[in-house]
Amino acid sequence: MSAKTHNEWESELIELEKFIVNAKERARKEQVASDKALLEDQIVKLEVGRDKFLKALYSNVGDWEKVLIARAEKRPYTLDYVTALFQDFVELQGDRNGFADNAIIGGPATFDGRPVMIVGHQKGRNIHERQFRNFAMAKPEGYRKAIRLFEMAERYQMPVISLVDTPAADPGVESESRGISEAIAASTMKMFELSVPSIAVIIGEGGSGGAIGIAAASRVLMLQYSVYSVIPPEGCAAILWRMPERGAEAARALKLTAESAQSFGLIDEILPEPIGGAHRTPIEAFATVKDAIVKHLAELDKMSPAEVRADRFAKFRKMGEFETVLF
Amino acid sequence: MKQSEAFLQCQSCKKILFSIDFDQNLRVCTYCGHHHRISAETRIKWTFDEDSFEELDTDLRSGNPLEFPDYIDKLRLAEEKTQKFDSMTVGRAKLAEMPVSIAVADFSFMGGSMGSVNGEKVTRALERGVKEKCPVIIFCASGGARMQEGLLSLMQMAKTTAAVQQCREAGIPYIAVFTDPTMAGVLASYASVADVIIAEPKALVGFAGARVSKQAGVSKVPDDFQTAEFCLKHGMIDTIVPRKEMRSVLISLVKTLGGHLFVEGGAK
Repeated sequence: MSAKTHNEWESELIELEKFIVNAKERARKEQVASDKALLEDQIVKLEVGRDKFLKALYSNVGDWEKVLIARAEKRPYTLDYVTALFQDFVELQGDRNGFADNAIIGGPATFDGRPVMIVGHQKGRNIHERQFRNFAMAKPEGYRKAIRLFEMAERYQMPVISLVDTPAADPGVESESRGISEAIAASTMKMFELSVPSIAVIIGEGGSGGAIGIAAASRVLMLQYSVYSVIPPEGCAAILWRMPERGAEAARALKLTAESAQSFGLIDEILPEPIGGAHRTPIEAFATVKDAIVKHLAELDKMSPAEVRADRFAKFRKMGEFETVLF
Repeated sequence: MKQSEAFLQCQSCKKILFSIDFDQNLRVCTYCGHHHRISAETRIKWTFDEDSFEELDTDLRSGNPLEFPDYIDKLRLAEEKTQKFDSMTVGRAKLAEMPVSIAVADFSFMGGSMGSVNGEKVTRALERGVKEKCPVIIFCASGGARMQEGLLSLMQMAKTTAAVQQCREAGIPYIAVFTDPTMAGVLASYASVADVIIAEPKALVGFAGARVSKQAGVSKVPDDFQTAEFCLKHGMIDTIVPRKEMRSVLISLVKTLGGHLFVEGGAK
């Protein structure tokens, strides 16, 4: 039976780490020198064991386990990247048409010494935050705000950096009433109009239409354990077999990994994560993401505005796999 | 619909109809006005100038890039049933002598789902409009993106939407007609960014399918939820046009929006 959450999958590791913390506390309090030495010696061995276990666990991560890591509560979210990589960020809100969305955030910031426009999905870490962020499922106003920010980026010639991390766009009645489909399509289309470079980084879940609405970028990068899919695996299982609980099986069938996306030419680069995932050593993950954005921006900077657009069109135009039958 | 020789039953009101009347009424129930689903061929015949249709891109066929379980079997079954490689039929046609680039979906081929072939055909239909300077008309019918092609299908949303953007830039009018059903990945891409959006009465039009919504915990919905009428009420489409008036409405739109393409010497 496959694990259902990232914590469940890492449970043995978490237990071991808890034990190490306890052992350290015990060693600190120990008065008898010989016992203290013995404990400390054992702790070193436990830590070696922990590192080995961690390496083994992450040396062969299955497709479903990637889904769990991508969804992990501890994983760095958009605002964590914003804090770590950007300065001068001011969040701009509202679609200027009566609605505000908290699942997509955005605003101008300084990156590597230059102004950029950030747009990204934001998840929550506790029940209160999750509700406030609507589980990072954006409503139409989220995409309409994104369009507003894309237009502003074009006006002030700022590259667009989008951070993608959503299970899906919001499927509720409110969203349908206000045209969630149109909002996604219009946002996708707006990204193709941009003559400034754009870079999308899939940092967690790249959930179908909800993701593509802010991911039609000049360069699309994926973190090693992020996933990018046409449908959540549980949704796929619900449609195919009417059994959402067969998500792990559907995850394998959907080939929603970074490797698969790259093999079909749908993304430009896989960004390696530290051993144990981005959540274990976020500082390393932040550095990797920063270096990658700097590198790709430098390449895109060499293009004229017309070339930036042509390059983006050409990139997406090629996507698809089919046969040509001779008659 | 259950069809015997001379009679059939309306899918909606269940009344018995004469087959001859039914076809003469463009497969719209004479009692309740229900618009039954029709094949691409039938729709082309009933909408565009007689014998004006020239089908193109018939050589594109889906493979199984993801080696998705049972996909090939489903594809072959659909191919056998429809004698086509995909739900989308594309090509050149004429409307009151005016050339148009068209794409017409047939829901009976794997629920009109958009995989690589489908996206490619739609993209080519839009590009043909730009190249040949004629308006584009797309009849949509789809359950959404084709799951069996995974992320490749999702990218068809971006690809087709980019093609619409190029139409806009080139001043090529693009009209989308939502037929029953127009859903999810198709609705959230090229379908929703048309210059003009027409829907057939009562067509199912929505973002999240019933099973996906249920999975996401959406419960209470309005009676007219995800219908053409719901979309019209909420400002998401321009108009609802019954099948028998579709041709004349399209002619008017092509004449007006495409007027600049058909001035003397400008028409292809």
